[in-house]
Amino acid sequence: MALDDLRTKEFRVVGTRPIRPDGIDKVTGRAKFGADVTASGMLHGAILRSPHPHARILSIDVSRAIAEPAVKAVVTRADFAGNLEGEDWNVLENIMAGERALYDGHAIAAVAATSALSARDALKLIDVTYEKLPFVTDVDEAIRPGAPVIREGAADESVPEGLHPNIVRYHENGHGDVEKGFAEADLVIERSFVTEATHQGYIEPHACLAQLGPDGKGELWCCTQGHFAAARICAKLVGIDASQLRVTPSEIGGGFGGKTTVFIEPVALALSRKANRPVKIVMSRSEVFRATGPTSSASMNVKIGMRKNGDITAAEGEFRLQGGAFPNAPMEFAAMCAFAPYDLEHVRSRGWDILCNRPKQAAYRAPGSPMGAFAVESVIDELCNRLKLDPIEVRLRNAVKEGARAAFGPRFQRIGLIETLEQAKAHPHYMAELKPGQGRGVSCGFWFNHSGETSVSLALSYDGTVSLSVGTPDIGGSRASMCQMAAEELGIPYENVRTTIADTGSLGYNDISHGSRVTYASGLATIRAAQDTIRKLCARAAARWEIDEEAVVWEDGHARPAGPNAGEFEPLSLAAIAADMGETGGPIAGHFEITPNGAGVSFATHIVDAEVDRETGAAKVVRYTVVQDAGKAIHPSYVEGQYQGGAVQGIGWALNEEYVYGDDGCLQNAGFLDYRMPVASDLPFIDTVIVEVPNPGHPYGVRGVGETSICPPLAAIANAVSNAADVRMTHLPMSPPRLLKAIQEKELG
Amino acid sequence: MVDVVLWSSLRRFADDKTSVEVDADTVGGILSGLIHLHPALKPHIERGVSVSVDGTIIASGRNEPVAHDSEVVLLQRIKGG
Repeated sequence: MALDDLRTKEFRVVGTRPIRPDGIDKVTGRAKFGADVTASGMLHGAILRSPHPHARILSIDVSRAIAEPAVKAVVTRADFAGNLEGEDWNVLENIMAGERALYDGHAIAAVAATSALSARDALKLIDVTYEKLPFVTDVDEAIRPGAPVIREGAADESVPEGLHPNIVRYHENGHGDVEKGFAEADLVIERSFVTEATHQGYIEPHACLAQLGPDGKGELWCCTQGHFAAARICAKLVGIDASQLRVTPSEIGGGFGGKTTVFIEPVALALSRKANRPVKIVMSRSEVFRATGPTSSASMNVKIGMRKNGDITAAEGEFRLQGGAFPNAPMEFAAMCAFAPYDLEHVRSRGWDILCNRPKQAAYRAPGSPMGAFAVESVIDELCNRLKLDPIEVRLRNAVKEGARAAFGPRFQRIGLIETLEQAKAHPHYMAELKPGQGRGVSCGFWFNHSGETSVSLALSYDGTVSLSVGTPDIGGSRASMCQMAAEELGIPYENVRTTIADTGSLGYNDISHGSRVTYASGLATIRAAQDTIRKLCARAAARWEIDEEAVVWEDGHARPAGPNAGEFEPLSLAAIAADMGETGGPIAGHFEITPNGAGVSFATHIVDAEVDRETGAAKVVRYTVVQDAGKAIHPSYVEGQYQGGAVQGIGWALNEEYVYGDDGCLQNAGFLDYRMPVASDLPFIDTVIVEVPNPGHPYGVRGVGETSICPPLAAIANAVSNAADVRMTHLPMSPPRLLKAIQEKELG
Repeated sequence: MVDVVLWSSLRRFADDKTSVEVDADTVGGILSGLIHLHPALKPHIERGVSVSVDGTIIASGRNEPVAHDSEVVLLQRIKGG
């Protein structure tokens, strides 16, 4: 369908707000989450974790533990097959330490016992001899001369010679001559910024039930964003063929990127094989904090030049991100996304991936982009203040549009940044007066969005209802939107479609539910699978009417003769054709497999009002508006929920959440009492505006919406708080002690 | 020939060139051609890259066609959370 057609297409089901199909299950407790799965004869697993941030493991003696009658199996690193290759090469080292413990909480050994209490007690009977090693947990400290080297020789070819060995990857992008551009500016501002590590904070802890027999056949039930990837990785780690391990995903109580890899699943499988019984592992909240992926912490420098009229003449950024003791901090995305909203003649971004003795970072909604946006959008806000320019006008003046060259290289296709800025500018929020002590902040944000391997199957029942099987776990309402897209194409009611997340034995390979890809990619495949089904339905009608298949069209859920020349026949409904499908050629099903390549990028603009108590340093967000391009909102309520969720997580990241490490290198706040996530009483109503600039790469124009919503909040909130407090905040979170200190330092001059 | 723009830090692995001309008509052909012309690019490409063709970001798909006048930019491999 051409882009112009997309703008005028009339939808019947898409764009409406039907009741979510998983709603009753969720509110009645009937939904089965990871920890809800049980099996006959099931054992309980527990994992021994390092109390040291960095230590050589000299010996592990499990003899006292295994002697306990309740203990049925103990595993250590020796019980796993060889390392994985490619980007997963270090998964094994993260889920079970080898020669060294690399962070506080690193898994050392695991036990399966007849009760959870017995398993935890048995951990105390495992004797580990450690040799403590020097450690470093701060991203800037890690690259100072003399900082302990975490992995000698770990740097890849991208790292220029002569840098600290803890710098393991390097990235640079940009174009033009930034020095020339800065010379053309009326005002140049350069600032340094820090963001602390935060956790995705999903309410459901990691949980799984594994069964692996001596015949090498296994079953795994787990909460995950990607059960096909989990099957591929786990099978390698326990040394079996991928097809012999069937993985079924549970309902998921939040993921946000943190459940895109495995932690406990291979451990449970190894324990199960050794005990020859099912093994269940459920992480405690403390384990979730200590041993699963927080996002990176970052240290950044940004320099931007601007003319008095608001034109940006040049921009330069340096982004140092630590991703724990493993090389995968998303510094390239911070560097690529930071300046993406702006059409710049001269721009340069550089990124460094730095090792620290912290847990391996995991993706957290648009990995890297929120940090980069915080630094860049803060400097733009300061430039606007100093030059007395309107922050939205300045952004409109410099905004990228179709054909503009992105800071990271390509020219943009059709995009909706300007539309979000214009909607923000016209919003009553932007025109509302601020009260004394309040400040307003604005920020833009950008994310690429992703596609990935996708496989969908759609089967008709005899009664004309439809079973749709997709392979992407529903982490944000995708079952509803899949039902809507299938119903839209087939011309049947939404209620006639049920979407199931199929296990790995029931469908072709599907990439993880990540990169805001599900509504785009699984949606595209659903539409194509429905069209495949329609071709088959039309063929059955043609056979019944004894006319050519090409002479049959599908309209409003019915097969009809294409025109008067095709003959006069009563239209046949989907239900009518399905009713005798067994006698007219067999079951009818459509399917579609693809790795699509048209995930449209997306932009957002956020407006925030914040209030600051100058005596305590407490900041509160009092009004928040999200304006974001969704391409096409399939189920607007879910889109709004994604917008609101991104804003709320951003409020936590900006104001309170942070990993706090002590002088001993251990995490000090591994629990929700000390790790301060926002609750409902901390939040204002999050207003949303859905902008729809269709993505030409999707049949209905869909762009992913799950990640872009967390790109602008850090900066928008920091700008609001900075303007309210009259002091530029460059270190997140802006917790009361940090904000109070900044206010007092400014007052003291 | 297709002109392939490299990200800045890749240029030192391609004789400091901003872009490299490759004789290819698919994304896979471009990647193979880059490695053939500049073997030092091989580890970077094999670790995974995305390719932008006329603004469409191809995260994976070696068979995707590329016209000789297409704007082609090599990108770090796009993924997400």
